[in-house]
Amino acid sequence: MRELAEKLAGRYGAREWRDQRRDLSSVTVDAQRMRDVLTWLRDEEGYVHLAFATAVDEIERKAFRLTYAVHNHGTGHGLLVHCEIDRERPVMESIHRLWGQAWTYQREMKEWYGIDFPGSPRVDEEFVLEGWEGPPMMRRDFDSLAYSDATYAERPGRETRDPAAYMKEKLYPEADA
Amino acid sequence: MSDKKGKPVPLANEGLPAGERGLFCDAPPREYAPAAKIVEDFWNWARSQSLWILGFGTGCGAIELRPLMTSRYDMYRFGIQPRPTPRQSSVFVIGGYASVKTLKRIVRSYEQMMGPKFVVALGSCTINGGMYWDSYNTIKRIDQYIPVDVYIAGCMPRPEALLAGFQELKRIIRAGKAEGQNEYARNFEWYKANQKRVIKDWNMPDYNW
Repeated sequence: MRELAEKLAGRYGAREWRDQRRDLSSVTVDAQRMRDVLTWLRDEEGYVHLAFATAVDEIERKAFRLTYAVHNHGTGHGLLVHCEIDRERPVMESIHRLWGQAWTYQREMKEWYGIDFPGSPRVDEEFVLEGWEGPPMMRRDFDSLAYSDATYAERPGRETRDPAAYMKEKLYPEADA
Repeated sequence: MSDKKGKPVPLANEGLPAGERGLFCDAPPREYAPAAKIVEDFWNWARSQSLWILGFGTGCGAIELRPLMTSRYDMYRFGIQPRPTPRQSSVFVIGGYASVKTLKRIVRSYEQMMGPKFVVALGSCTINGGMYWDSYNTIKRIDQYIPVDVYIAGCMPRPEALLAGFQELKRIIRAGKAEGQNEYARNFEWYKANQKRVIKDWNMPDYNW
């Protein structure tokens, strides 16, 4: 694996190689080089399978972290390739020509995080939501509770208790804190 | 059976494209007046002995319906059995949480069921949202959108609880108090307004009959 890490670093300036398990590593590249990296991994290094692509909202760093998981069936090794894009301008290059199924993940990211993939088939269509009018709901600045309170009728009388305190009160009130 | 009101105002069906409006019913549901007591009592007894469940598991609670079919709990001994289509069903079991997307199908299926029809709401999610109390896409109480005859609390309720719930439903039906369907017809505008408030892309008939 060291060898692949060095090749990736030399060719594409990849950094932060980490062996998470014996059969799983992760690496970070620049967003502009992601497509090249994935193409090279697929065509030259045997990582022919795109397992999934997903995003994480790194709101503290004002970025979206995109992760592409590729798998090499020959060696049984999986690789997570990360990159970060600007949270204010969330646009990423589409990879649907590398892997046909990628458009599904890209459509998902468009709906859930508002990340655009220009040219990706059906990227503007609804994915799991229907008639959704709010902001992309997986962004961390979306307040789910406030939206739910404003949208859905509630039955009065619901109580919330702290589990630890309530269990102590009910089950072993004599115990010290 | 006759309708109490005069001629109802036709529904607008504004969610449908103009060319398709003629394909669907534009009459709102009607309330049914009961027959003479002795006849209605007999009918209610018959209804309670033959509860056909719509086989539509709307949420995770639907998993509790499977054991009911097996020999251990055997719901068939109570005259309860699942049916594949709303047209043949008389009981709709709301199986736990309902997302807005599912709610649309729930409304559609419920309205397609033939009367007399009853709703059993299963699990705490249908009562007050349960663990989905802060979810952006899950309604918190089902009785705002369709009428509910029996609630079964729990997360999940066990199959025994479901059987107890069905027995309760039978008791209500025999007493002639399972008025959910009439309630829906009576408060049709209110239910419809609630439904349309959360289902933003309303692209189906106003009454899916």
